[in-house]
Amino acid sequence: MRKWTRRAFIGAGSLVGGGFVLGVAGVAFAPGRHGVVSTDAIDKGELTSWITVTPDNFVTILVPHCEMGQGSQTGLAMMAAEEMEAEWERVRIEEAPALDAYANAYMLRAFTGESMPAPLGRAIDYGAYRLARWFGTQATGGSLAVRGTGYGMRIAGAAAREMLLAAAAERFGVPPAECAAARSHVAHAPTTQRASFGELARVAAAKPVPSNPALKDPETYTIRRTAKPRFDIPPKVDGGVGYGIDFTLPGMLHAAVDIAPVQGGRLVSVDPAPAKAMPGVQEVVELEEAVAVVADSFWRARKALAALEPAYDDAGHGDVSSASIFAAFDEALGAAPEMPAEAARVVTADYRVPFLAHATMEPMACTVRVEGERAEVWAGTQDPLNARSAAASALDFDTDQIHLTNLMLGGGYGRRLPFCFDYVDLAARIAQAMSPAPVKLVWSRENDIQHDYYRPAAMCRYAGALDADGRPLAVGAHYAGGGDRESLFMPYAIPDQRFDARNAPHHVREGAWRSVLNSQHGFFKESFIDELAHAAGRDPYAFRRDLMDEHPRFRAALDRVAEMAGWGGPLPAGEGRGIAIAESFGSIVAQVAHVAVSPAGRLRVRNVHAAVDCGDVVNTDSAAAQIEGGVVFGLSAALVGAITIGEGRVVESNFGDHRMIRMADAPNVEVEFIRSGERLGGLGEPGVPPVAPAVTNAIFAATGIRVRDLPIENQDLSRA
Amino acid sequence: MAITLTVNGQTHTVDVEPDTPLLWVLRDTLGLTGTKFGCGIAACGACTVHLDGRAVRTCTLPVSAVEGMPITTIEGLAQDGRLHEVQQAWIDHQVPQCGYCQSGMIMAVSALLARRPDPSDEQIDATITNICRCGTFVRVRRAIHAVAEGGNEEERHA
Repeated sequence: MRKWTRRAFIGAGSLVGGGFVLGVAGVAFAPGRHGVVSTDAIDKGELTSWITVTPDNFVTILVPHCEMGQGSQTGLAMMAAEEMEAEWERVRIEEAPALDAYANAYMLRAFTGESMPAPLGRAIDYGAYRLARWFGTQATGGSLAVRGTGYGMRIAGAAAREMLLAAAAERFGVPPAECAAARSHVAHAPTTQRASFGELARVAAAKPVPSNPALKDPETYTIRRTAKPRFDIPPKVDGGVGYGIDFTLPGMLHAAVDIAPVQGGRLVSVDPAPAKAMPGVQEVVELEEAVAVVADSFWRARKALAALEPAYDDAGHGDVSSASIFAAFDEALGAAPEMPAEAARVVTADYRVPFLAHATMEPMACTVRVEGERAEVWAGTQDPLNARSAAASALDFDTDQIHLTNLMLGGGYGRRLPFCFDYVDLAARIAQAMSPAPVKLVWSRENDIQHDYYRPAAMCRYAGALDADGRPLAVGAHYAGGGDRESLFMPYAIPDQRFDARNAPHHVREGAWRSVLNSQHGFFKESFIDELAHAAGRDPYAFRRDLMDEHPRFRAALDRVAEMAGWGGPLPAGEGRGIAIAESFGSIVAQVAHVAVSPAGRLRVRNVHAAVDCGDVVNTDSAAAQIEGGVVFGLSAALVGAITIGEGRVVESNFGDHRMIRMADAPNVEVEFIRSGERLGGLGEPGVPPVAPAVTNAIFAATGIRVRDLPIENQDLSRA
Repeated sequence: MAITLTVNGQTHTVDVEPDTPLLWVLRDTLGLTGTKFGCGIAACGACTVHLDGRAVRTCTLPVSAVEGMPITTIEGLAQDGRLHEVQQAWIDHQVPQCGYCQSGMIMAVSALLARRPDPSDEQIDATITNICRCGTFVRVRRAIHAVAEGGNEEERHA
């Protein structure tokens, strides 16, 4: 009776406290019955929402974030296992299913910048949880997995350890304080008694849940701060992992889609006959903004789609181009910000960056089966709960009529975040037309490049004032295309700062792209501070560091990267180094790029060094991999990335005209971490913002040519 | 039309239009989904397999052109339950991130190393032109050189 009461309490806890406290493990094993705790939870040895210990002495950790290759599932498991004193070789992970109980309230807290709640008892944060449920958020984005959810994982691990210690003390007949946990065992040294977690699990599960479990002193970590191989890698080298696009069902049909090329456009007419006459074609589905061909194989659907000649309207945007959008930005920016009259010298500069596509290597794909009042959805998403809402909205269902299974993502970078589920929406409507047959919609690369939620194009008009000694008095910018406090922040002691957003709306659909607004403003602000340094006749590194008295973490990162890169050392003619620093998502990243520019203007980025202060590092190797990847991702955009608008639509269509860098253009990347002990920062995104300005600053050092518009390839770097 | 294919040492007879790209026959007809669709214009390399030992991109390769030729996909790269040395190096150096491009990357690299056991950086740059959006190139290069050095070592000790 007592057991049931406790589980009932824990069941209530799952509603109140969300997926990060206790008891929702019961939900995990009974999908569709959320809020109801399974009665066999204790027999299964489930200790907390996130942790299961089985009699074979394996610890299974339920991770409420998807894996996009950032390694956060492994990192989160490391955080729980560390506190639990589990033996790493006996830890497994599972991804949490798409249920309300797992809505990650912590993510909202990290977004709003509130401090983390104190341990368990107070971690039941009703307000935040209700907010998370309201948003339907179970998202992986904002570089938040480890720094947000990680805290909950630590609490869960620590609570589990204390319950295991209590169980051991009962079994050994000794006080709990005399027992110690290590490597998935509890031992009592004075009596040399020892038991495995697996042996203790059943009794431990019935122990009271500690309200305030002690967390480990970081200096005693044995799992964190080391390099652990990621769980997700082995099945990624033999073709074994199933991504959203790989999903299949018996009797499944395949859909290919053509979408109105101008965003907001509508399908005016299409003659389905040519497609219907082709082999294997089941149906031509006309939607408001698209036409789909459904066939018995994807290739047949795709080929039949190519036989159609759909006509669309342009929603009145047919005369919009990149040129017209930037002309509107230019007009909206007006005059450069006014600078103080006492300035000895005023510097002004305009910067422009284009729209960018995410271009995940896995094209958007989603499988849906609509049967009567129920629908099932299979897709790779960064937020299964919001994706489920998108399907519900498309079908005019309630969310509890839909079961969504999240599959491995072939890249995210922000493309599969909330409110970006057009592929789920389209798949649901097509499947509804074909009900009850399951339908898999696979986007072509052309669909993907032309129907993204793009990184916003942006323009920024900077002005800065120097006094007679070359010290900055004031800096300011008018900017169009978005900006916020974090992205505009400069760690420099410049007393007078004047930033002003200007609006020049357009119809191009926008979204979050790896590092979000920092990808534009990192380039703008770190280019301009470099221009000010050169105007003052100063070394760009020394100029920056002299202004960092109030920001010692920034100065330490800048000093570290300068040392790593051998800043100031001699270089051959035509080569140069550039430095840049930016904080985003709680992490400070300083980079030095080393470039070589041939007399004919051929650019080669030889090395990028990065010094990263993300507070502390959980998994050292995957942390470095995230920064390496961020550097390459940002560099690809800086060198060759651009989405162009013409006649209201996206001009580029595939990797032929929307180019990406490859092995030959990828520099050597060296990463070092600074363990400042500050709050954990993210790692998926912060590697991106400094790389573009580091490279353009290096080009200036090498050639005297200042690149103010991206991508760099549009500028002639040759010297006569 | 019935076409006979030899994939990973097994013979299959498939009934598809002759212009169907090999990629879609592998994925949708034979269920070998380790080979990935990335672009459909042979630009990204996600669909790379071995055709008679050479790396080929299958998204534009008509199935009728490969009838009877030995095809190896990522699923057939391991031999006797033992990972290919490139696959093992990919684990040792923690190369994949999202992993979607890595089947093609591994097939391209293993074909290169079969022909040139110790490729220079220039040869790697010229041959491995697959796109990886996560930006794993730094580790791809490191892993290739590690395999090359390991191979040389084995030869020296042989």
